[in-house]
Amino acid sequence: MTATLDGATNTAIPLAKALNQALRDAMGADERVVVFGEDVGVLGGVFRVTDGLTREFGENRCFDTPLAEAGIMGTAIGMAMYGFRPVVEMQFDAFSYPALEQIFSHLAKMRNRTRGQLPLPVVVRVPYGGGIGGVEHHSDSSEGYFVATPGLHVVTPATVSDAYTLLRAAIESDDPVIFMEPKRLYWSKDTIDALAASGSAAGSGTGPVTGQATGQRIGQAAVRRQGTDATLIAYGPTVQTALEAAEAGAAEGYDLEVVDLRSLVPFDDATVTASVRKTGRAVVIHEAVGFGGTGAEIAARVSERCFHWLQAPVRRVTGFDIPYPPPKLERHHLPSVDRILDAVASLQWEDR
Amino acid sequence: MTVLATPDKTGSGFPLGFDTILDPSPLQYLDEHGALSGALRDDALELEPKELLATWRAMVIGRRFDVQATTMVRQGRLAVYPSSFGQEACEIGAILALRPTDWFFPTYRDCVSMVTRGIDPVQTLTLLRGDWHCGYDPQQWRTAPQTTPLATQGPHAAGLALAAKLAGDDTVALAFCGDGGTSEGDFHEALNFAAVYQAPAIFFVQNNQYAISVPLAKQTHAAALAHKAVGYGMAGVRVDGNDVIAVRHVVAEAAERARRGQGPTLIEAVTYRMQAHTNADDASRYRDESEVEYWKVRDPLARLETYLRAAGLLTDEAVAEANQAAEDLAAEMRARLGEEPEVDHRELFAHVYAEPTPQLLEQAAALQAELDAEQLDADQVDSAQSDAESEAGR
Ligand SMILES: Cc1ncc(C[n+]2csc(CCOP(=O)(O)OP(=O)(O)O)c2C)c(N)n1
Ligand SMILES: [Mg+2]
Repeated sequence: MTATLDGATNTAIPLAKALNQALRDAMGADERVVVFGEDVGVLGGVFRVTDGLTREFGENRCFDTPLAEAGIMGTAIGMAMYGFRPVVEMQFDAFSYPALEQIFSHLAKMRNRTRGQLPLPVVVRVPYGGGIGGVEHHSDSSEGYFVATPGLHVVTPATVSDAYTLLRAAIESDDPVIFMEPKRLYWSKDTIDALAASGSAAGSGTGPVTGQATGQRIGQAAVRRQGTDATLIAYGPTVQTALEAAEAGAAEGYDLEVVDLRSLVPFDDATVTASVRKTGRAVVIHEAVGFGGTGAEIAARVSERCFHWLQAPVRRVTGFDIPYPPPKLERHHLPSVDRILDAVASLQWEDR
Repeated sequence: MTVLATPDKTGSGFPLGFDTILDPSPLQYLDEHGALSGALRDDALELEPKELLATWRAMVIGRRFDVQATTMVRQGRLAVYPSSFGQEACEIGAILALRPTDWFFPTYRDCVSMVTRGIDPVQTLTLLRGDWHCGYDPQQWRTAPQTTPLATQGPHAAGLALAAKLAGDDTVALAFCGDGGTSEGDFHEALNFAAVYQAPAIFFVQNNQYAISVPLAKQTHAAALAHKAVGYGMAGVRVDGNDVIAVRHVVAEAAERARRGQGPTLIEAVTYRMQAHTNADDASRYRDESEVEYWKVRDPLARLETYLRAAGLLTDEAVAEANQAAEDLAAEMRARLGEEPEVDHRELFAHVYAEPTPQLLEQAAALQAELDAEQLDADQVDSAQSDAESEAGR
């Protein structure tokens, strides 16, 4: 693999490697960036996202911590108070829960509490989602907790390019960013394209947070597939499923548009609204539980903004309202191409 | 002074320190009668008379601040006030042992230490007055916002101390915590992180015997909170928290150790919460007045005053001057807190992110429109009223 400073590659690399490259480039560009967490040092993280960073930058820049997520988060907060820009890893989605109090009560609130005098530029990397045959506690989709907490940005890449550029932007943001990494995409390969890496990625939103080095904005959705009949709104691991559903839908006569949200907070109302007003129909897709989930918020926003353009109620395809199932049963739980197409078929096409 | 328990890595156990720490009698310089106590007589003299007087003066002013704040909460000028009356030796002794460049992590109960640090009294009380969550610039005062979720400030102090160490600075971070707070997981994680990274941090537990209504015996089965230091491989010391000379010494020593790269220290200061948990609490429901009487005669301010008088260090002029300064502060608090604070609704949205999200901008505009409409209604009522009045006057 050859990687230039701006991250562009000319060979396909796994998404995990793109994240690794983003960390390496960010650490090289700014010595205030430090990486720490459980097993992130010599081992390079259980998913190898921090591979080689300790070797390259030394133990003061990338180090292992004791096994205590609240301690990791609190330590990151204290370091950020002193001028560092910590990037911490939560080993798995469900193991970020011990850190939730630090995240909710301090990470999210410190800037507001101090009228902007104590910003906390901390990135929390959270491998999340299912589809990898993980046993209990290894497949949660926890984004809803973070989305419901003002003061946090919540970002999730669905492509190799975005993995690189969004992580760079997250590290350059002066606000805390929860960086949700779809576990099952870690091994999916693509190139990091130069345009994405230099910040001209597609997307019509005007997100407020701009990474200085990459020019990448947090808060811009991307239209991954153009279509005219209905909009599939997805993020992270379900973007690929939505794209597959759109391909399959074409065979059934539906011309489906796919919006990859990329950022849940800030939310790109502009891109989503423009797409749904164009198509007149929408399906929101995510792995997390539906009840009280992020999709409920998205469906409500779309309904409020697009009511007069909608030909049918906004539908959701989500995980069931159950604890994440064991590996042998998870295929029933995860949004599938068929389930998405069933939802599309239910969008009141009678007048066509 | 070698009073701190330090694990001895040579394998010979914890020679002096271990004995000290397993003996839960707290380190003391001044006994309850204000006399120099026992073997530490010589060390006490390390404090210059000038320093002793400055410490005493800060205690006089700090206590007046606390009394005034308690009065003002009764008058409805503060939303709530957790008093530290009787804990001044901790509040003031610990702060005066720090350098201005050191960081301090206070809890809701530690307004007196913040005022002692030099923070404006009204800015100190912003959280408890309710006009914002924090009223001072934490960077300027190297003082974190007061923390209410118990013990969660501990890991921040560990992290900040680690950052200072990595930056090569000789900054120390001191976090206050209550006896109840030591039961929280974050307390343990903070100590462990600080010890593992040998971070220049001091964890100062004000053991005032109660967590709201729950006495220490229901909080821990340990003979002393300071013993917990042993489990983390860090220095620990138990000190008489009503003896300001001892508190200053112990914190100064812990800070020096931290600066020398000898890692963190846990300090347990044994003191007593003389008043109810806050103005909203009724202590008679869970403790006997005789217990309070026991502690009254162990008052930290009276104790130091007795010592200074006996040593011929305290003049009537010094007393008059300190009392005047304390009364001036109280008068300033009455005047400035007596006014209704100015609040700006636009601040609700201004500080959530570096730049407000599009959604927050929409909500800010909606609130503004609501308030503009309210104002318009009020103006119309006003002008209708003044029309009616001029009508009537005609
Ligand atoms: C995590 C958490 N749980 C509960 C509370 C409610 N609470 C506020 S003060 C307090 C007692 C704390 O006692 P202690 O730590 O001894 O401090 P003190 O008030 O005596 O100074 C409790 C239970 C809280 N603030 N935070
Ligand atoms: Mg207490």
